[in-house]
Amino acid sequence: MNVIEVKQLEKVYNDSEVKVHALNGVDLTIEEGEFTAIVGPSGSGKTTFLNMLGGLDQPTSGYISIGGTEISQLSSSQLIDFRLNNIGFVFQAYNLIPVLTAKENVEFIMHLQNQPKAERENRTMALLKAVGLEGRENSRPNKLSGGQQQRVAVARALASKPKFVLADEPTANLDSKSTENLLEIMEDLNKKENITFVFSTHDQRVVNKARRVLTLEDGKIISDVRK
Amino acid sequence: MIASISWKNIWRNRLRSGVIIAAITIGMFAGVFTATFYKGWIKQRLDAGVETEVSHIQIHNREFGENYELKSFIPESAKLEADLAKEDFIDGVSARMVVQGMIASTETGTGVRLLGVDPEKEKTVINLYKKVADGQFFDGVKRNPILIGKKLAEKLKVKVHSKLVVTLQDSQGHLTNEAFRVCGIYSVGNGMFEEMNVFVLKTDLVRFVQMDEATSHEMVVHLKNHDLLKENGEYLARKYDQLLVQNWQQLTPELGILNEYGNIYIYFFIGIILLSLGFGIVNTMLMAVMERVKEIGMLMAVGMSKFRVFWMLMLETVLLTLTGGVFGILLGLLVTAATSKKGIDLSFYAKGLEDMGYSSHVYPTIEINMVVVIVILVLVTGLIASIYPARKALKYKPAEAIRIDM
Repeated sequence: MNVIEVKQLEKVYNDSEVKVHALNGVDLTIEEGEFTAIVGPSGSGKTTFLNMLGGLDQPTSGYISIGGTEISQLSSSQLIDFRLNNIGFVFQAYNLIPVLTAKENVEFIMHLQNQPKAERENRTMALLKAVGLEGRENSRPNKLSGGQQQRVAVARALASKPKFVLADEPTANLDSKSTENLLEIMEDLNKKENITFVFSTHDQRVVNKARRVLTLEDGKIISDVRK
Repeated sequence: MIASISWKNIWRNRLRSGVIIAAITIGMFAGVFTATFYKGWIKQRLDAGVETEVSHIQIHNREFGENYELKSFIPESAKLEADLAKEDFIDGVSARMVVQGMIASTETGTGVRLLGVDPEKEKTVINLYKKVADGQFFDGVKRNPILIGKKLAEKLKVKVHSKLVVTLQDSQGHLTNEAFRVCGIYSVGNGMFEEMNVFVLKTDLVRFVQMDEATSHEMVVHLKNHDLLKENGEYLARKYDQLLVQNWQQLTPELGILNEYGNIYIYFFIGIILLSLGFGIVNTMLMAVMERVKEIGMLMAVGMSKFRVFWMLMLETVLLTLTGGVFGILLGLLVTAATSKKGIDLSFYAKGLEDMGYSSHVYPTIEINMVVVIVILVLVTGLIASIYPARKALKYKPAEAIRIDM
């Protein structure tokens, strides 16, 4: 089943006097269970493409479908709701809520979905266990290492049972050991739970782990390699 | 959970939040204590004015006016007194004779208003008998007892059992004088009243001015329920439309204004305090929002609706405001409770205050409905102060906000 379908995606920025074609007709499908890395130099349109996939921005033209729902015509408030229930985010800078514990950060997403308390608690503990943070659930982010915080972020991304997880440079702020740990966890989740992961990365270690690598340049996909 | 996040967010920058909470606490303490002080002051003045000086309602001949014409007495005052005593909403009636005269001691003299009263009936309409600071209320002097105010006693340089000479014009138009002996000196904290009003036995005064014993110029009425003043007053005015029926608000307009506008003044004062504090709250919240651009962007990115973001920030502002507000209100109430029994001595202003009829010893008073209104005002301030910072946060675009380097 196709989790992500993109057809002739274009994005033009008219902020200044010069028009910037950030995306120039991108076509792509990503199936369930894929472990895909998107690479490209600065200015390739990677960030813009990720914003489109994550429902954080609307294309100038073209078609994006996530889990069978076309999102290109949704309003901003509809997109917020769509993101909550369909897309999990892992950010480069973790972006955990600093005043909440690890457990509360994961539970927060399910609270937004109005999940019952028992369901929230059970799933939270299961996710934290899956990312190897059992016993650290009551620690706030400032008491966790970078790698641990990113694992909490992965658990949070999975809390809403999304169609796919969008990870934007998830290893950029981690040391090599933490990077290795994180990638193992994500690969494990991908294989065992069939969770779809889409990474944007400059990290070769991530590229090495990915089973599909898409290369973006000048707003187009110039290479699509499956391993 | 949103409420929990909002509360915890307040304490992310403890110094900044502490400063604004302290400012609100001090502001609210000042506002509440001023309000209770002012309320106590007004209440004392009203109580003194109503319960000690004028009572609830007074009835006069329409021609009695300000000149206190001896001939402008109330016709059939004995019957009127008896009829009034039968009304079930009245619990005290006292018929007085009122005459202008001069009073003199060996030291000096001054103009006064002589009130000829029946002491036992007088006790049912005003509580002056409780305010006798020296001597007694018409006891202790067998012949021509006179009760005078403390301010007058100081002016005339007399004390209990001193002799005073009263000069007035009798019903025949002749100037006549009579000696009285001071039986008691009263103190009501109103210098003007104490200087102007002296009380004698009605039986002595009618004999002095050579009028009929039943003659009265003033019928003083005390109601069972003060809250029905307006209704009862209007009823009596309709029933005795040939006479002038006035309630205390009409007899002493300045007291009426105090009562009516006292609360408005207090809330206006507190409103100004909150308005100025509101700017500080807005500034604090703006700083908090601008520091958390990335976090707010993340929250919207992961699916927190704009309504929830707004609600979170609004709650944060309201909780911040209420924390300082509640502390300030409690502190104000504590200080009020501590000072309400012994009162606050303003005797360094005493001469001026007492001359205007205000007590120099103020007992701050708490009114629950006033506290409720102040809490609501604090809440409203928080709500209004939250609008601009929260709207600013909603304008952030998640895609841009999450990539900001702080």
